[in-house]
Amino acid sequence: METYSLLREFADSWMLLVLFAFFVGVVVWVFRPGATKSYENPSNIPFRHEDKPARANGARHEEA
Amino acid sequence: MTNYIKLIVLGLVTLLALIAANYARDLAYLVNALTVALVAGGLFLWTLRHTDEPRTRVDLSGEYMDGVVRAGVIATCLWGVVGFLAGTFIAFQLAFPGLNFDWAQGYANFGRLRPLHTSAVIFAFGGNALIATSFYVVQRTSAARLWGGNLAWFVFWGYQLVIVLAATGYLLGATQSKEYAEPEWYVDLWLTVVWLAYLAVFLGTIVKRKEPHIYVANWFYLSFIITVAMLHVVNNLSIPVSVFGSKSVQVFSGVQDAMTQWWYGHNAVGFFLTAGFLGMMYYFVPKQAERPVYSYKLSIIHFWALIFIYIWAGPHHLHYTALPDWASTLGMVFSIVLWMPSWGGMINGLMTLSGAWDKLRTDPVIRMMVISIGFYGMSTFEGPMMSIRAVNSLSHYTDWTIGHVHSGALGWNGMITFGALYFLVPKLWNRERLYSLSLVSWHFWLATIGIILYAAAMWVTGIMEGLMWREVDANGFLVNSFADTVAAKFPMYVVRGLGGVMFLSGALIMCYNLWMTVTRSPAVAPVNNAVPAE
Repeated sequence: METYSLLREFADSWMLLVLFAFFVGVVVWVFRPGATKSYENPSNIPFRHEDKPARANGARHEEA
Repeated sequence: MTNYIKLIVLGLVTLLALIAANYARDLAYLVNALTVALVAGGLFLWTLRHTDEPRTRVDLSGEYMDGVVRAGVIATCLWGVVGFLAGTFIAFQLAFPGLNFDWAQGYANFGRLRPLHTSAVIFAFGGNALIATSFYVVQRTSAARLWGGNLAWFVFWGYQLVIVLAATGYLLGATQSKEYAEPEWYVDLWLTVVWLAYLAVFLGTIVKRKEPHIYVANWFYLSFIITVAMLHVVNNLSIPVSVFGSKSVQVFSGVQDAMTQWWYGHNAVGFFLTAGFLGMMYYFVPKQAERPVYSYKLSIIHFWALIFIYIWAGPHHLHYTALPDWASTLGMVFSIVLWMPSWGGMINGLMTLSGAWDKLRTDPVIRMMVISIGFYGMSTFEGPMMSIRAVNSLSHYTDWTIGHVHSGALGWNGMITFGALYFLVPKLWNRERLYSLSLVSWHFWLATIGIILYAAAMWVTGIMEGLMWREVDANGFLVNSFADTVAAKFPMYVVRGLGGVMFLSGALIMCYNLWMTVTRSPAVAPVNNAVPAE
């Protein structure tokens, strides 16, 4: 089989399936139980460390 | 020691550039080679003067690297004004052809200035805004200093060199005739080097982050950097005719070349002008509104949906061409599906203000950000609609397309960048506040009314000329000649030019305001310097 036909067949079968499954997986993952609570911390990242980087060790969330 | 290596490299580059200038086969190449020789030679001298000086090692890991962000903010303002000015001028060239001056024929006529305008606003203004804000945001959200030391400065200055080489090349006739990818082969190669350095700085900072989670703005910035690298390399595959000339020949030909070009072109819109600027939105809107983004879940879905779908939308630029129908239908369908993530993102940005809508009354900066998100929603509604084959048969090749692009570029990209600049300048120069909020209001209204004049004029003239082109009489003959449509468009072209003048004056007011903020606004009062025990 020539390269084009081979890639074409792969692209609109298995690759399509993989990409679609990945996408559906992301959506399901985002709505997993307890997600709302676990995203509270990341959504506040812009409000920490405005002026200075974090110290080398520990003290990760003390400014929150 | 590194200085000796630098000196050898810079000396060699200067020498090679001068040799290239000597053998140059065309004017654009000659000027570009001399520019490179000048820059490399200047850097050689500068490095030489600073070699063998005693160096004091200071540990800077305790503070952010903001110098390069400041330089980026200045460059954004300067290139913005240049790009808007060029755009306004060529708008009037279309209305009054006499502005294609005889003495500048072949250098400053519409055909030469048009790519100068598009590249100046997209890559010089937009690109500098993206580089500067991404460096600012990735440091704050990773709680780490930029990775790679002076590599960030290399990215900044290297990118300015790309802009200068491309711009002078356009005026002197070096172009590979690919829309938004006009620069010739050697500028493309240099941009690839700079862009990979940019990727390294950004990714390196994310890798050494102190926050366990990668904030969503960084996801958007990173996808923008990676995708643009991929698009740029594939679309610019070409073979130079001579090492000493600017002309090159594309590797692809015919419909494959067209498809590659619009795969690049539309994803430049999708990833450069959308994903990158969404990164700005997800940081600066929450900061200015002083509340976290409306829904972090929605932002994750927004991200994955946008990058999974956008990449397929390119073929809608090639309806009714040699491109197979299935391919342009695919592009059209994916463009329409894009409604969902685009509007999801718009809702997420707007609803970040829920509970703080009163700020719209008091804070012109947040007003700017909100109207930019509004324009994002409007142009991402208009775009999919125009990608539908039946609509496209009316809209394509007309001014409607130009109106659509500008409601997105001026409204969404321009306004969110202005908002970010108003946020950044007081922070970066350690000022208490902006010099004048009423000047921000002036900018807001001038820009908004300017865009509305622009977009409305282009809707009218676009649909009018589309209908005029397809009008046939009872015997099936076309009623209008092309020149008839040009004559009919004159009033709208004047209105469009006036819209441009208003947008440009708004930007000039912004530059004045930001300048006064840096020089006149009171500095932030030094607080108690004692560091609390951690």
